[in-house]
Amino acid sequence: MNRVIKFFSFCLFVYLFTNEEGQAARIGELVDTDPWEQIKRFFSFSDRGLQLSLIGAVLFGAVCGLIGSFIVVRKMALFGDAVSHAVLPGVAIGFMWGMEKDPLAILIGATIAGLFGSVLVQAIVRSSRIKQDAALGIVLASFFAFGLCLIRIIQNHEGASRISGLKSYLFGDVAVIDRSDLIIMAIVVVVTVLLFCILYRPFLIISFDRQFAYSLGIPVRFLDAVFQMFLAAAIVISLQAVGVVLVSAMLIIPAATAYLLVDRMSRMIFMAMTLGIMSAALGVFFSFLGSNLPTGPFMVISSSLLFLLAYLFSPNNGRLTKWFKFISLKAKVRDENLLKLLYNYLETHSEAREGIEILISDIANLKKHNQKNMVSDLKRLQKNGAVELVDGKVSLTKEGLSLASTVVRNHRLWELYLTNEADYAADHVHDDAEKVEHLLSEEKVKELELFLDYPELDPHGKPIPGRVNS
Amino acid sequence: MSFYKIFISPWENHLSAYWPIFAMAFFVTAACGLVGNYLVLRRISLVGDAISHSVLPGIVIAFIVADSRSSLPMFIGALVAGVLTTLLIEMIHSRSKIKQDAAIGITFTTMFAIGVILVSLYGADTDLDLDCVLFGKLDFIASKEKVFLGLPQIVITMGSVLLIIALLIVLFYKELLVSSFDPNFAATVGIKPRFVHYCLMCFLSIVVVSAFSAVGAILVIAMLILPAATAYLLTDKLWLMMLLSIVHSLISAFFGVHITVAFQVSTAPATVVAGMILFLIAWIFSPNHGLLRYFTNSFDLSTFQKEN
Repeated sequence: MNRVIKFFSFCLFVYLFTNEEGQAARIGELVDTDPWEQIKRFFSFSDRGLQLSLIGAVLFGAVCGLIGSFIVVRKMALFGDAVSHAVLPGVAIGFMWGMEKDPLAILIGATIAGLFGSVLVQAIVRSSRIKQDAALGIVLASFFAFGLCLIRIIQNHEGASRISGLKSYLFGDVAVIDRSDLIIMAIVVVVTVLLFCILYRPFLIISFDRQFAYSLGIPVRFLDAVFQMFLAAAIVISLQAVGVVLVSAMLIIPAATAYLLVDRMSRMIFMAMTLGIMSAALGVFFSFLGSNLPTGPFMVISSSLLFLLAYLFSPNNGRLTKWFKFISLKAKVRDENLLKLLYNYLETHSEAREGIEILISDIANLKKHNQKNMVSDLKRLQKNGAVELVDGKVSLTKEGLSLASTVVRNHRLWELYLTNEADYAADHVHDDAEKVEHLLSEEKVKELELFLDYPELDPHGKPIPGRVNS
Repeated sequence: MSFYKIFISPWENHLSAYWPIFAMAFFVTAACGLVGNYLVLRRISLVGDAISHSVLPGIVIAFIVADSRSSLPMFIGALVAGVLTTLLIEMIHSRSKIKQDAAIGITFTTMFAIGVILVSLYGADTDLDLDCVLFGKLDFIASKEKVFLGLPQIVITMGSVLLIIALLIVLFYKELLVSSFDPNFAATVGIKPRFVHYCLMCFLSIVVVSAFSAVGAILVIAMLILPAATAYLLTDKLWLMMLLSIVHSLISAFFGVHITVAFQVSTAPATVVAGMILFLIAWIFSPNHGLLRYFTNSFDLSTFQKEN
């Protein structure tokens, strides 16, 4: 992680202190252009306003991912939402300080308001019978309402034109980010990342096992306060781009996506930072295509799309991945059962060898199956090279025989194991073996063989086929 | 800013302007507050937050499709969006390792983002804009045509919603009471807790939607929780709590109007600020559950530092 941080900060400082202030169009200013042209402009990165927005997106996306990972694992998602609404009066007061958009005053005011909000939630919960959910709702909505009132008062005093910068704090407008904002953002990001690098272990322990953290002598309450401060700061630097109303989404969604994809906390943080950056940049891209649209919602929708992809296709837990696994297992079981049927037929009628032909109608009758379905099933096996079909007759290939005897071997070995070692009656073992035969790995089979001392007959007196070398 | 100008003048000289605003603020806060009592008691206040945010796309789509401000399409749109949100939350948290709080956070922010984009894209065609989502249009209702008692149609509608909600609560008081405090007992006496829960969610969507045009999508959460939470600090009886929450709505609507007059702000946030001040007073001075009581009770202040 350190290398990545160094790289980012290096790029940033090189950029901030080498480039002269350019006078290019802001994102929202160019309207009615061909979308294709806009895409080309976007990817040429020559637009000064766009460069600023993208750097901003990278900065706050990263810090949101970092803080958000802890928010998600500590189940504080709705707490983050409350704090993000609670910063609004702080923004307004910070604005009142000099009656202009002074990023530092706004940062300080909003951070204090956010902290005050979280302290108030905890005070209400500790000292009264109001539960956490109601306390969060109260703080969220009344701070927000207070902020709206303050903004209106500023508007009454200063006229609507002066607060255009303030409006962007509600729904987000990445185009208003300028150099002084970026410097503040960069400082917050660097401090946050450094702090979490140094205090990674204590934060990790607090997040997963508070009692253990106490017993280790970690100053849990102090670190909680530190965490809340940095949560507020992360929210504040994202405000301009995402807006008060939706900033909690940038905390929760990338981190939740990362939570779906990986298991280790360090990897999750890294992933969440990457996803945060990706969704912020995608949001910039989408709002660059349109005109006069708030940026925040597009960032949120981009991150939700990434979440949806992870939800469906995550390699371990994705819904569709699981479904595909289920479908392929089902197909495997069906094929193996059919092969087993052929093997058993051959065994009872002649001997189990490759190339002996069987009438398909015989098999279909045996299974009380429609002949047509049987043929289509067999054709699928033929495609896999397990059987050969010649005018109404079917025969096992060498490969098919080896597969079939493996399944039968698994079945009979398991039956023997259950009767010998688990004291099952011989007539009760078939159903269980019917399921397990498809799942036994080669190592397990070897273990079973060794354990049962290389048996030759199963509990029903049928021979256990040997390993066929194919 | 004299006392006369703030407190007397609105009622003396501008009654026709402030009476509908006050009535609407009271009706909205009282209707939301009544339903909010059950949200607070069942500890599902944030479901109210999630529902109020996520009905936005439904309302906007209904606006665009029906091309009018009539209530029925709006209500249907909001109900569909609300049900969809509930299903999505359920789907995310029961079918993956994401916890419920994160699932709620993901779903309602996404729905709200979709709503905001729809408003920005199509808002110009309807009379819906982002200010409406934030502040509501409480201040503009006085300019509408008055139909009854000096109140415009929309206020009458809200008043009837309040009456219907109050009537339903009186009728099903016992069922709601039992299933809120002891769902298992409710099940044994034949009241299905799940069914009651869904009815409550339905009430919730009705008040959220009818409040939307007055107070927007975000401040509704304050209207839902503040009256009930304030009342909860003051009493142990459910019926008294509901009465107190209506009193709270009345006072906060009254002072909301006067804050509006004094500072020239929107009425909806002003009502919330007034309600918050009432809550703070109740929290500090409540005889049994307040902050002062807490401090006088705990001889050893270290309990304040104890982890809960």
